[in-house]
Amino acid sequence: MRILLVEDDADTARYITKGLKESGHSVDHAGDGRDGLFLATDGRYEVMIIDRMLPSLDGLTIIRTLRGAGNRTPALILSALAEVDDRVLGLQAGGDDYLVKPFAFSELLARLEALLRRGAGGTAETVLRVADLELDLLSRSVKRADRTLDLQPREFRLLEYLMRHSGQVVTRTMLLEYVWDYHFDPQTNIIDVHISRLRSKIDKGFDVPLLHTVRGAGYCLRAP
Amino acid sequence: MDTRFLQSSTFRLALVYMALFGTSVLLLLGFIYWSTASYMSTQTDFTINVEIGDLTERYRSDGLTGLTELMTERLSRKPGGSSIYLLTDRDLKPLLGNLDRWPVNATLDQAWLNFELEDASETRSSTHHARARVFRLAGGYLLLVGRDIHELEIAKQRIVLTLLWGLAITLILGGFGSVMMGRSTMRRIEAINEASREIMSGDLSRRIPSRATGDDFDRLADNLNIMLDQIESLMESVRQVSDNIAHDLRTPLARLRNRLEELYLAVNHSDEAREAIEQAVAAADGLLSTFNALLRIAHVEAQESRGNFVPVEIGALIADVAELYEPLAEQKEQHLDTQLAPGLRLSGDRDLLFQAISNLLDNAIKHTPAHGTIRLVLDNANGNGRLVIADSGPGIPESAREKVFQRFFRLEQSRTTPGNGLGMSLVAAVVRLHRMTIRLEDNRPGLRVIIGLPLLED
Repeated sequence: MRILLVEDDADTARYITKGLKESGHSVDHAGDGRDGLFLATDGRYEVMIIDRMLPSLDGLTIIRTLRGAGNRTPALILSALAEVDDRVLGLQAGGDDYLVKPFAFSELLARLEALLRRGAGGTAETVLRVADLELDLLSRSVKRADRTLDLQPREFRLLEYLMRHSGQVVTRTMLLEYVWDYHFDPQTNIIDVHISRLRSKIDKGFDVPLLHTVRGAGYCLRAP
Repeated sequence: MDTRFLQSSTFRLALVYMALFGTSVLLLLGFIYWSTASYMSTQTDFTINVEIGDLTERYRSDGLTGLTELMTERLSRKPGGSSIYLLTDRDLKPLLGNLDRWPVNATLDQAWLNFELEDASETRSSTHHARARVFRLAGGYLLLVGRDIHELEIAKQRIVLTLLWGLAITLILGGFGSVMMGRSTMRRIEAINEASREIMSGDLSRRIPSRATGDDFDRLADNLNIMLDQIESLMESVRQVSDNIAHDLRTPLARLRNRLEELYLAVNHSDEAREAIEQAVAAADGLLSTFNALLRIAHVEAQESRGNFVPVEIGALIADVAELYEPLAEQKEQHLDTQLAPGLRLSGDRDLLFQAISNLLDNAIKHTPAHGTIRLVLDNANGNGRLVIADSGPGIPESAREKVFQRFFRLEQSRTTPGNGLGMSLVAAVVRLHRMTIRLEDNRPGLRVIIGLPLLED
């Protein structure tokens, strides 16, 4: 995918650019706010990564300007600030996701892919399918190979999120934010326990596992 | 008048002043009475002496006839007056005078005497006292000259009554005045107390009001305000220093971490190297998360405005925490028992509340042995919400209960378990920000954390 990176810190920019290129994406980099806005309005990008604190024009202003001009390209805000208000402000300005520095590259990549999927999708599906796993959003039932699985409401939402992002890596923080809707630091890897519980329901007794752990990154639900 | 006023030092001081003032007034009035009364008695005695002088003089010059003439004249001058005369022979047989007979207790020497007047005339309605002097004339005659001192006694009573009223009015006015003065003093002290309470609850920008009159209270307020300015600027610089340290160290640490990650992706041939790099990344992540936790606590502690607070249904939030941790408890075969009263709301930051309660529940699960019980109870007693998180673990010795809220404090028993010693510090900061209270108790066995919640009224 074509990605625009607006970041003034050379080292962070190099790290992100290198990682994204290695993952097979093409990246344009702007070192300050003005260049960033110029590239964003001119070029055609599938997703933007915009640092909040930038020389000449700050990240939130760039996003606000673009949104005002009708540009809907998904934007991920990078920030050194970790407070709830900051995130709320970023999302209010028209940002689609918010990531606090420092971050693991896998976290950034997972979030970018999730953003891209969200931008491309949007069709009102009522049944999600991954291989022989089937989740019906209307009847709120889950079946695998015609066997009905009994899930708790939260497990249902967890599976729904994983299925909507099937084939992508989903990180623990993404699950906390989107499935549990709280922004906090768990002291224990509590998500792992929920995942292993879900796994025992959807994969136990079946030959092919669907829910995989991606080492150092998160989880991935994918068809074999 | 509330009990706080009665307990105040101002009120006690006023009482002491009242007692001292009352005693002085009493002494002063006593002296006035004593001086007036003795003057009046002296006057009576003087008059009696003068009369005796006149009468004896007449007796000496004109004999018994002259004396009786003068006495008759004096008696006829004021028939119902207060003067008392009696002339007797040596056998105390009355010869002339307005007394029927010699007073019962009157001695015969020339001393002063006080006696009760018998009801001689209808003008004397009650018992009257008299003061008199007996004089022995040449020829054995006895002359008694006296005064009915009834008027004098009434006057003295009047004086006593007046003085007592004076004392009462003085005490009433004094008492009223000292209460008023005490109240005004107390109001000013209360203003200082109120400002102090607000400052202690986190509003460091608050200052003690000063009336700019330059009196001692204003000087006290000014000094306290200068002290507060200094504390505020010190705290601000400490906060900045710690923020800067955490922030400045975080950036190079993040770079180190990122380089390690790049290296990890680059060396895919050697399993041994990959594992070592993976461990190094995990160590860097641990350090970063400690820095983040420190910064987060600093931010929560420095947060003065509660502007982003929203009404939070606390029971639902606690249920979410319980639901998140329930599989962990189940994995450890612990029993997680929740009793949450519905519909209780408080004003707060839901992410911070979630963080604080999950830290506490995380600790409870971590420290409770297998098959133990953890209880989460939310209830409401007259508008005061209460959350109890009780476990059946080893608990915390009483001596360490205050210390667990300090940064990086860890109990001996939990040194081997994972954690950075910042979880409870963050809980304390969140509790303070929300004006909640936290108390640690012995659950016999285990730890019981009791959080007081300021609920919103419906």
